[in-house]
Amino acid sequence: MTSPETGAQASADAEVLRLDGITKRFGEVTANEDVSLTLRAGEIVALLGENGAGKTTLMNILFGHYAADAGEVRVMGRRLPPGQPRAAIEAGVGMVHQHFTLADALTVQENVTLGTRPWWRPGGRAAARARIEDLARDYGLQVDPDAAIADLTVGQRQRVEILKALYGDARVLILDEPTAVLTPQEARALFDTLRRATARGLAVILISHKLHEVMATADRIVVLRHGRVVGERATAATDPADLARLMVGADIAEPKAMPAEPGEVLLRLDAVSTPPGATQGAALDRASLDLRAGQIKGIAGVSGNGQSALAGLLEGLIRPASGTLTLGNAAPADWSPRIAVAAGIGRIPEDRHHTGTIADFTLTENAILETYRDAPFARGPLIDWSAARAHAEDLIEANDVRCPGPDAAIRLLSGGNMQKLILARALHGAPRIILANQPVRGLDIGAVTYLQSRLLAARDAGAAILLISEDLDEILALSDVIHTIHAGRLSPPVPRERAEVEALGLAMAGGGADAA
Amino acid sequence: MRLEAIARPGPARTFGPPLIALGATLGVGMALALIAGAAPLAVFGQIVTGAVGSRFALLETLNRATPLIFTGLAVAVAFRAKLWNIGAEAQLYAGALMTVVLGTGALGWPAWALLPTLALASMLAGALCLVWAAWAKLRLGVDEVVTTLLFNFVMLLFVSMLLEGPLKDPMGMGWPKSERLVAEARLPRIAEGLRLHWGFALAVISAGLVWLVQSRTTWGFEMRAVGAGLPAARFAGMPVNATILRVALLSGGLAALAGFSEVSGAKGSLTLDLSPGYGYTGIIVAMLALLHPLGVVIAALFVAGVFVGADAMSRTAGVPSYVADILLATALLTMVLALLFTRFRVRRE
Repeated sequence: MTSPETGAQASADAEVLRLDGITKRFGEVTANEDVSLTLRAGEIVALLGENGAGKTTLMNILFGHYAADAGEVRVMGRRLPPGQPRAAIEAGVGMVHQHFTLADALTVQENVTLGTRPWWRPGGRAAARARIEDLARDYGLQVDPDAAIADLTVGQRQRVEILKALYGDARVLILDEPTAVLTPQEARALFDTLRRATARGLAVILISHKLHEVMATADRIVVLRHGRVVGERATAATDPADLARLMVGADIAEPKAMPAEPGEVLLRLDAVSTPPGATQGAALDRASLDLRAGQIKGIAGVSGNGQSALAGLLEGLIRPASGTLTLGNAAPADWSPRIAVAAGIGRIPEDRHHTGTIADFTLTENAILETYRDAPFARGPLIDWSAARAHAEDLIEANDVRCPGPDAAIRLLSGGNMQKLILARALHGAPRIILANQPVRGLDIGAVTYLQSRLLAARDAGAAILLISEDLDEILALSDVIHTIHAGRLSPPVPRERAEVEALGLAMAGGGADAA
Repeated sequence: MRLEAIARPGPARTFGPPLIALGATLGVGMALALIAGAAPLAVFGQIVTGAVGSRFALLETLNRATPLIFTGLAVAVAFRAKLWNIGAEAQLYAGALMTVVLGTGALGWPAWALLPTLALASMLAGALCLVWAAWAKLRLGVDEVVTTLLFNFVMLLFVSMLLEGPLKDPMGMGWPKSERLVAEARLPRIAEGLRLHWGFALAVISAGLVWLVQSRTTWGFEMRAVGAGLPAARFAGMPVNATILRVALLSGGLAALAGFSEVSGAKGSLTLDLSPGYGYTGIIVAMLALLHPLGVVIAALFVAGVFVGADAMSRTAGVPSYVADILLATALLTMVLALLFTRFRVRRE
């Protein structure tokens, strides 16, 4: 493969990393099969693939978290002993995980230097600090070395993770879905850092499933599907459609939203605040919002900014501390999940494993979790399991839920099929209002397409939908009107036609116009 | 090393580890017998014979299993809903106390009216012993493991005080023991000449009823859901707090029936040694039964058999009957471990 070399990389052609025939199985599941990959100094290679394609497993093998069943890893030509993260770090592999591994109570400097030198040696703090400041300047990673991690934003924490890797003299930097938690502006700063790093001879592996991001940053793209390498492309010689085809193995048609025809207001929040501490992340601060029939309202924002509180409000789990929630024309006298369901709110919760389903319960039991007290499932104090089972079979059939049957435990299902059952449960009975909180996060493209088209169909049938997502692309693809949320405050609504990524990104970071 | 879930375990997976656990238990028992200087196989033969080898032994085992079925059910019901009731012992004594208070002449009713009243009053007393702990957990966040466990000692001291005072039998030669129940308050034997009282039948019927409630009713569905997935149950709109209080009432009531059945069916009066730890052994029974109400019956019979058999064996072989405790402890530990391995495999990394 000849990739078009850009800039001053003539000296940086040395191979720093080679994966050779990596195979890893978990039980009957093959996570990686005969995967080979080389990485040269000064280049960014993107590892592209759907969820479950084996990207993270591969990187965990490289980093020594897992031992491969076959194949070997070489860094700078030296073979890494399998299953030893310590050896990987010493060989110069630095990894920035999706979920950060920082000690909240310690400062930036303490986190960066943690474990790098024996604790009993005196001195060195000043030298360490100077080195951190140098690295921060050289790589554009501005962060206060004395700040406690707990006080940092997600974007800043990521910088600390990268600093940690650089401080450990990493030659290879691995980033696992680094932009999942960033605003567009923060993502751009990250890519700037990565380019500075490669200019200094580092090699970067970027794990992602976002096509445009990969196209914008990587020199080379390796596509994984079902644990195998299905293609390798120089970025200049490919396009997003080509990559999508490789990733999925087929052409996919994205659901295309027709213009909406919004109707009457079905649910209105008027300056609603939620009690602090009721959920993780920020509480709502005088949030105003209305949901109209036949319209999808998207809430864009970085996680932890009040999405959970907003979702909890519509789910019935949280009552307003102040302000009013109006359904139709009236404010409900009381508010609970049961009342919310009875009021015709179909709810897709954020956490499908813990909130949406009970893992050890069967599909049938999960299908009637919200309706077991209603006909035809309840007959007096008894549950009519044959009616429940028939209902579950209907949902499975109508939504193509791949499963061993209605009596199987739902934990055996893939995320996509689990989510299809939750969707089927939420949409059953054609609710007028639908809450979809991160409905497609972590799903494969087939399930994503299906869920999104069902939501669009529900909108066209006249439902009012609130879509909460941290994925700006998803918000832009589906929403008719967009709010951003930051620190519990909602921005004024913007119609999709007039929404700009720049402005949304600024608002997500708290720099936009304040909510009125 | 890490544990990996197995999606669909085969028969070897399902039955292999429990069989190995049983083997390990036997192995430990044999080693103990050797240490005590007896022939291991003979010791086991005597335990089995002592538990089920004769009509007398079998009936003894059934009698011993009766309170264990009740306390096992109490624990199973509570644990299924993740309400950690360690206080079955106190609830048992509450039931026994109520039986004695009302059954020694206070109510001059015929048996058909008196017995159900005693049973229901006992259940109420036991339920109260647990429901306050459940309430404190829900309202104040007080850990019910601590409250229910410590309440056992409070209850035992309370019973001791009553047996030394107001409930003391004036004809009891100074022993701390209650008056005997009136004849109408005694559970009759299942058949004439059979040394087995109706408490056993009541226990088995209770197990069946609990199973029906758990599997067929909306309340039972809520009880299982609250235990298996609290956030999902709350999200779905289930009445979580009411469910936990219901579980507490049911669990405390079942444990109290053990006390009722022991006083009314077996002993006829209340003493401080009414229960040799039936409340705690109920935890072992429930765990061995995987919290399944019908499994509780089988597990209780097994545990009772080990106790009765070991008693008989120690009389003949001269091996201390502590063997029974060690055997049960080994059985529990190995079985819990074995059941883990029916669902997970270990991978070396």
